[in-house]
Amino acid sequence: MSGTMLNVGLDAAKLTEQRSRVLRGFAKGDRAFSLTTLIACWTVVIILTGVMVALFRGALPAFQAYGWEFFVSQRWSPPKEIFGGLPAIYGTLITSLIAMAIAMPIGLGIAIFLTETCPMALRKPIGIAVELLAGVPSIIYGIWGLFIFAPFLAEHVNPALVKFFAPIPLLNALFANGSYGTNVLTASLILSIMIIPFISSVSRDVFETVPAVLKEAAYGLGCTTWEVVRKVVIPHTRVGVIGGGMLALGRALGETMAVTFVIGNAHRINPSFLDPGTTISATIANEFTEADPGLYSSTLFALGFILFVITFIVLAAARLMLMRIERRLGN
Amino acid sequence: MNRTGMILNTIFPLRALALLATVAILAAFATGCPSETDSTSTDSSSSSSSSIADNSSTSTDSSAADTTAGDTSSAGGVGQIAGAGATFPYPIYSKWADSYQKETGVGLNYQSIGSGGGIKQIKAKTVTFGATDAPLSGEELTESGLVQWPMVMGGIVPVINLDGITAGQITLDGTTLADIFMGKISNWNDPAIAALNAGVTLPDASINVVTRSDGSGTTYNFTYYLAEVSEAWRNEVGVDKAVEWPVGIGAKGNEGVAQNVAGAKFSIGYVEYAYAKQNSMTHCNMINKAGKTVSPDADAFAAAAASADWNSVPGYGVILANQPGDSTWPMTAATFILMYKSPEDDAASAEALKFFKWAFEYGSEEALGLDYIPMPSSVVESVEAMWAGEIKGENGQPLV
Repeated sequence: MSGTMLNVGLDAAKLTEQRSRVLRGFAKGDRAFSLTTLIACWTVVIILTGVMVALFRGALPAFQAYGWEFFVSQRWSPPKEIFGGLPAIYGTLITSLIAMAIAMPIGLGIAIFLTETCPMALRKPIGIAVELLAGVPSIIYGIWGLFIFAPFLAEHVNPALVKFFAPIPLLNALFANGSYGTNVLTASLILSIMIIPFISSVSRDVFETVPAVLKEAAYGLGCTTWEVVRKVVIPHTRVGVIGGGMLALGRALGETMAVTFVIGNAHRINPSFLDPGTTISATIANEFTEADPGLYSSTLFALGFILFVITFIVLAAARLMLMRIERRLGN
Repeated sequence: MNRTGMILNTIFPLRALALLATVAILAAFATGCPSETDSTSTDSSSSSSSSIADNSSTSTDSSAADTTAGDTSSAGGVGQIAGAGATFPYPIYSKWADSYQKETGVGLNYQSIGSGGGIKQIKAKTVTFGATDAPLSGEELTESGLVQWPMVMGGIVPVINLDGITAGQITLDGTTLADIFMGKISNWNDPAIAALNAGVTLPDASINVVTRSDGSGTTYNFTYYLAEVSEAWRNEVGVDKAVEWPVGIGAKGNEGVAQNVAGAKFSIGYVEYAYAKQNSMTHCNMINKAGKTVSPDADAFAAAAASADWNSVPGYGVILANQPGDSTWPMTAATFILMYKSPEDDAASAEALKFFKWAFEYGSEEALGLDYIPMPSSVVESVEAMWAGEIKGENGQPLV
């Protein structure tokens, strides 16, 4: 009997030891796992810093040569080595802003239609069509824009715009000339088509997270669909909608190929949206292959660095805005 | 059952460690330094780098501007000649390469990444030859130990889009062309254009100017001509592969300019002759240095080459713009090849020279078929004599 007791005791001791070994194993495994994820995280940080440092080092000669002048000068003359970044910076910002102004209402409209009023049978096909639009490579938009869209605008839309706005002061300066099909407005329109799917698919996803009970309660109080969307759905999903918008803006700021095809690539700032312009990414894509090493190449690095900083500022501003909204809601 | 679960779980840390090891190995590969110094690991890393070099020399990827493979050889004279540069001669180089491969089994991998890229790559010694539309100066050639010669020629033509106007119906001279591209002449019925085109009804419409937005040898040769004929152009705009265009829109590549001119009425642009011809665009005639009106065609380009003094500039770096001669087309341009005088890989360079010799000898018909102009025989003889005199192998013997 005592033998059995001993056996049981031994068994228990063995079991405890086994268990603690297993537990030690767990701890080790967990450490290794968290180390792996840490490395993955640091890879991103290291690459990001590396890109930033490399861009800045490449840009340094240009910044030293031109200083603040670079941000305000409009001249761009490779033979004379006079470079000013303002037209490219202006073009980048203005095309993205116009694109957002067009795409935001349309994108939200698509999302609202899909989640609130669309018949069930149509939801899937339309949703897929919108997502396919997001998958179209930008070069396709560029070719389509250059061969079909720009000539169409030049022939039918631009003259009408010029005629329509001619008697309105201020706006007639924004819509003047219009003899070129490739211009700032064409680039903005192409950009807006490219970013609509980002806005609408993100918005649709967040709209679907609105609890049905909230909406039903609002409908029960006699709200119209418009009131439900405005007072319930959008306030509830504000953060997600703004996030989708920022994603779209980020894409618009950096878009290269499609814009290069249709913006007209002129290093000049014109008041009219129907005149050619350029953007930072279009300038870099156009001129890098043939840029002489030295100041010319360095200027392109400087433009790249500025684009990096602009994108960073946009993201930071978006974050700040979200934080303030959330704080206000908290109070 | 509980036990099996535990046992399975004890295996888990092993898996995590394996993952970690994989990440470490990948990182070592990515940074290009072997993590250990024992012989097996260095062996494996060196074999992997040579396989990268093989890939780069056989790939036909034209955008591989950043080929950083250390091994520039075309694998000991077997299979491939590696070159990179100007886009303008790309169609004829690839046509020659095709025929040459059929005849000899030796292929050519030419990356048409632009003249600037070609110069960068030959200086970085990642290719056996570089190709450029804008010739290097004598000092730059001596400094870098390169030789340069013209390979083939072509023309640049102004193309227009005016209703009811057909090719050759409009004639321009150099100063008028310069004034149009400077914005000084901004309407098609300007007296300066009308004076050159008596009998043609010119529309009362503003001129849409289309230029190249990307850096390009075509732009270099075009602006060189405009600076030759217009002092204002020389002082205010200058000559380069990309310039500060006072007016107009920029389009990418010859095809971009062609499309923009075709897509917008009342436009004018400039493209390579081969491009204008193959797309049957409306070109202008020009008044040349001798004051004669000429149409762009093979004879007019050849006339420019014939009247040029090729030995006046080191590296045959003659710009054929505004050459004398009654039948000379004023915007003719040659495209150049760059190679090292003392190449690192003799076999690869000898293969490349054999290809160029073959192209000079048998490639003329194919060049004319694609609307390029072969070099005159006097120039070819001089170039071949230069090869024999200047490009030497390790043993001091000429490669050809």
